[in-house]
Amino acid sequence: MTSTEKAVGNVANFVDERLGAAGWVKKSLNKVFPDHWSFMLGEVCMYSFVILLLSGTFLTFWFDPSQRDVIYNGVYEPLKGLKMSAAYASTLDISFEVRGGLLMRQIHHWAANIFMAAIVAHLLRVFFTGAFRKPREFNWILGILLLTLGLVEGLFGYSLPDDLLSGTGLRITSAIIQAIPVVGTYISFFLFGGAFPGVGFIPRIFTLHILLIPGIFLAVITIHVMLVWYQKHTQFPGVGRTETNVVGHPILPVYMAKAGGFFFVVFGITAFLAAVASINPIWLYGPYTPGQISAGSQPDWYMGWLDGLVRMAPPLETHAFGHTISWNILIPAVIVPGIVFTGMALYPFIESWITGDKREHHLLDRPRNVPNRTALGVMSVTFVMISLINGGNDILATNFDLSINQIMWFSRVGIFVLPPLAFVITKRLCLSLQRADRELLLHGAETGRLLRLPHGEFVEVHAPISPEKAFLLQSHEQMAPLEIEDIDARGVRRPGAIKNKIQRRLSKAHAVSVPKVTEQELKEIEHH
Amino acid sequence: MSNELVPTDNSVAPQHAPRATDINPASEKRAEQQIAILFGLSGVGSVLLIYSYIFLAKDVFIFIPIMGNQNAQQLGIGIGMAMSLFFIGIAAIHWAKTLMPDKEIVNQRHEFRSSDEDREELIKTVKEGVAGVQLGRRKLIKRSLGAAIGLFALPPVLLLRDLGPLPKKQLETTNWKAGTRLLTDPGNRPILASDLEVGAVVQVLPAVEHEDERPLSDIAKDPVLLIRLRPQDFQLTPEKFAMTHEGIIAFSKICSHMGCAVALYEQQTKHLLCPCHQSTFDVTRGAKVIFGPAARPLPQLDITVDAEGYLVARAPFNEAVGPSFWERNSQ
Repeated sequence: MTSTEKAVGNVANFVDERLGAAGWVKKSLNKVFPDHWSFMLGEVCMYSFVILLLSGTFLTFWFDPSQRDVIYNGVYEPLKGLKMSAAYASTLDISFEVRGGLLMRQIHHWAANIFMAAIVAHLLRVFFTGAFRKPREFNWILGILLLTLGLVEGLFGYSLPDDLLSGTGLRITSAIIQAIPVVGTYISFFLFGGAFPGVGFIPRIFTLHILLIPGIFLAVITIHVMLVWYQKHTQFPGVGRTETNVVGHPILPVYMAKAGGFFFVVFGITAFLAAVASINPIWLYGPYTPGQISAGSQPDWYMGWLDGLVRMAPPLETHAFGHTISWNILIPAVIVPGIVFTGMALYPFIESWITGDKREHHLLDRPRNVPNRTALGVMSVTFVMISLINGGNDILATNFDLSINQIMWFSRVGIFVLPPLAFVITKRLCLSLQRADRELLLHGAETGRLLRLPHGEFVEVHAPISPEKAFLLQSHEQMAPLEIEDIDARGVRRPGAIKNKIQRRLSKAHAVSVPKVTEQELKEIEHH
Repeated sequence: MSNELVPTDNSVAPQHAPRATDINPASEKRAEQQIAILFGLSGVGSVLLIYSYIFLAKDVFIFIPIMGNQNAQQLGIGIGMAMSLFFIGIAAIHWAKTLMPDKEIVNQRHEFRSSDEDREELIKTVKEGVAGVQLGRRKLIKRSLGAAIGLFALPPVLLLRDLGPLPKKQLETTNWKAGTRLLTDPGNRPILASDLEVGAVVQVLPAVEHEDERPLSDIAKDPVLLIRLRPQDFQLTPEKFAMTHEGIIAFSKICSHMGCAVALYEQQTKHLLCPCHQSTFDVTRGAKVIFGPAARPLPQLDITVDAEGYLVARAPFNEAVGPSFWERNSQ
């Protein structure tokens, strides 16, 4: 026994005699994680969260979250002698006077963008592959919660420097709060500590941004990851993979080395971006004053789609009995996002109601094999993309010499027309891909080699596909619509006829698919 | 679906192809060297970071194509940090992929549903426990508990009351009063009507006692835009026209949609555009909304001149400026 082994043994013994952990740790180290590039997306979220914690802590050492007026007397000449909030002045100091401070600010901001982008990508992966199905509905809801928290945390974060751009964002935030009927004005005055911009908002969102929300994040991420651990990761279908097993590399050493290494890669890339690509150059915007604004005011991209919805809203207000209700704010900024996020959170239950499928699922779907879900996903993405485009309509108009009014009208019409169109097209595409799979199974892959038959006909030679591939193409289930009878076996009409009708129609639409290849068909082909 | 082709047997086991490093000692050696080099590059990054931090001056800028002028120190620290992190990661991954065992293993899954006995026992335990609390029998305790919890929920809400003052009439009022002078912003100078030429646009604030110490909450509702047109350009109702002075018209600069500063004025079309959500207001028609999400025109300020010829407000705004709110009377 080497001395290292002896030392490790002593430590392990010390711990195990007190915690009895050997059994559990042994099992854990042999735990299997399936491999697929798309499983990295969740990891990127987690790693960028750690980067955010580290870089954010660094920034708090110098940042002064106060709206107290100061006269700037730092090294950045253009703003010298100007009155500004201590928050803005200290952000300038971090950018210009703390060594590596600007880098940390940019790492923090880039990491926030990567965090949100990875959350969205991870969400899309989980959605399109059906990983949210039983037993993983809890984790799906936690994921939606993390996405929502991320939006709020991001908004608070880029509002903290109290520059002209972020102040404009807060002005809009306060207008949304004010638009809430009955209590809006009061909530706004309490949050801001008076009439906008008040004296309290920056210090308050600072506390929320660095303490409360990260605390909730940490708790929810921990549960999220523990559930992945406990329920074991899903896997893509393939030879040797079933609903009752999980195939992959063990935690020790391969997965740990890859995942641990990947953390450094993500951090390294973030640092590289921060080193070479400027982000949120607040010194160019100037301190916030409500009387001024810069053209092309844009929120960060993950809020941009909401801003785009607000921009395209029709000018609707209700004036009655001495009160005002701003539908032009409430619909795009409160009601539609409320529906979107609630719908997302409930989707696993909606789909399971439509399909009547209450079984556990650990094998992922190939998106083409569930055309309805895939189409719904693309439809939602289209909705968000059009909103996002409209959120940048001023930038598009100036850069591409377009009319802002035309972009707005395109969005106003497009938001109703294009998502359904995307649904139909995607569904057709999925079915075509299924047909292609069927062709591949029945006739093999095209080789590109032409053969001239004795009687002069040209045919292309098809090569049989590998057994692994054939297995993959046939591994999904043939979907079938639910059979719900309005009248039960004894001839009595069941209650809830309308509900049954909706469920039957949705189920029928959901089960549209190309029939799988049968043994019969395969045999017939072989005889030819 | 009896004749559906279901490849149940997983007998077509995946071929485990050995890697070059598994069979060829030379490539194993090479992989080892590559990993060492990658770790070495990480070290180089760390040195670069330390060097930039200590030895580079803060105010040295270097020109880099595409990126333009860059602060050398920030760039050095950043590139150093990126290298020191990135290459550790790449080295570890390369190590895992080339030298660590690449054999996949299989774990079994188990259904999550607990056994029926466990479930029944749990239900029994819970039932017994709940019965032990005796809430069903002890009505008095049940009711007083309910009341106590109900009351207990109030203090946390009440404790937040001092977060801010009540709105009162703050959203409905501004510092514009009858006779308030219009001062340029910036500059705080009073304006003679003759100072403004046709086509001119000026941002003004009301004259107050301490013009250098306006709170931001005042600047959030007081700014007004003065625009001078030819009187015949207007298409206004008689009472709105009476609020102008020799072709000078005054609007609140705070957008009636969400409160941004309506800062973009187009001379040709005489349109005001809010950069936030592109609400467009036609100045000649009393800032009527002609495009975008705003639902109300910008409030117009009634202006005239005082004895010395300086522009003043003839009356306060006759409606609340800025975004809508529940208590706003918009009729």
